[in-house]
Amino acid sequence: MEKPLNNRAWFLVMPVALIVAFNAILPLMTVVNYSVQDTFGNNQFFWNGTGWFKDLLDPNAELGGRFLAALGRNVSFSLIILSIEVPLGILVSLCMPKKGPGVAACLVIMALPLLVPWNVVGTIWQIFARTDIGLLGWTVSHLGINYNYTNEFFSAWFTIILMDVWHWTSLIALLCYAGLKSSPDAFYQAARIDGASRWSVFRAIELPKLNRVLLIGVLLRFMDSFMIYTEPFVVTGGGPGNSTTGVSIDLVKIALGQFDLGKAAAMSIVYNLIILSTCWVFYTVMTNVDAPDRPRDAKDGAL
Amino acid sequence: MDIAWMAWTWQTGIFFACIALCLTTMTVLAIRYPENDHYGVLGIPTTRGDRLFLSLVGSAFIHLLWIGFVGANPLVTLAGGVEISSLWLASILSLVYASAVFRWV
Repeated sequence: MEKPLNNRAWFLVMPVALIVAFNAILPLMTVVNYSVQDTFGNNQFFWNGTGWFKDLLDPNAELGGRFLAALGRNVSFSLIILSIEVPLGILVSLCMPKKGPGVAACLVIMALPLLVPWNVVGTIWQIFARTDIGLLGWTVSHLGINYNYTNEFFSAWFTIILMDVWHWTSLIALLCYAGLKSSPDAFYQAARIDGASRWSVFRAIELPKLNRVLLIGVLLRFMDSFMIYTEPFVVTGGGPGNSTTGVSIDLVKIALGQFDLGKAAAMSIVYNLIILSTCWVFYTVMTNVDAPDRPRDAKDGAL
Repeated sequence: MDIAWMAWTWQTGIFFACIALCLTTMTVLAIRYPENDHYGVLGIPTTRGDRLFLSLVGSAFIHLLWIGFVGANPLVTLAGGVEISSLWLASILSLVYASAVFRWV
């Protein structure tokens, strides 16, 4: 039987745990306290029990309808941008030069959008997509297409999706490029000798190499797009109507706009749980996907 | 020190005390009885801490789903007007779920 691991070294992270307690755990506890109470300010709170959670999870209630709709929009947004950015990122990484002076130029150009802060990206696209002074908006509307992200549903979604694809496809591409660079040349030579087609080279050599980096890329992009706030806030302000309002925009509206701390707390706890469990699933898959077979005798090693 | 902004209630106080007790117990157990990874039905290596995490997150979802689909109406009213919410059934379900996680995951 394997010798059990001594975990005492974890005590060395105690100082960090104290800092985390100050900036994360105490505020989180406060949020939990808020979620079962109502307040009109002045630190006066009134017990509300599970009332906010009942409202939140009831699609017919005002809060519930709003939350579930925003959650639905968030999930759709994440799925749409992932289904565009991942294949596109792989394609771009396959087309990038493997050696020569082009490599550096390519890497720098690819990394540029990643360096632009979220609110600046929002501002760029807000202006770029305007129909009066923006190049994109002006061109598209002069082609005879009804394009106006301030009052038309599809234009608004098209703009924020295009913006996200512009901003983050490079991340997937760069990750995949790093994954591709790590496969030895011998693999490709063997494939050439066997007369393998481009597609089977991709399927049998390149895609398995990308497995891990793609998981990381998908995790990063999913989490980032699922909590997206700044870009739609700057471009559409969550509109037209509520059509680009994600959970985080709604959360800020409820907490800081309406000062409904109880509702906002209940909402953020549920939002947090969804993110926590999604992260756990991704992390577990990521750390176990290529793990070597478990040791034979570890099966009952816990006891 | 004024902590009125934290809006404590005795109910959430008990809740967090239980969580703190769980974590302390886990720490003591980890020192007294160190352990190896355990492979259960999910086929992933888990420690006691992982199983506690899964139990807590799962219990949160069980309670939320209960509120969403069953509601939290009073189950019985005791003498003196004390109402027992049906949400306690979700808590019992969570305990069953947690023991299943500790036994099989």
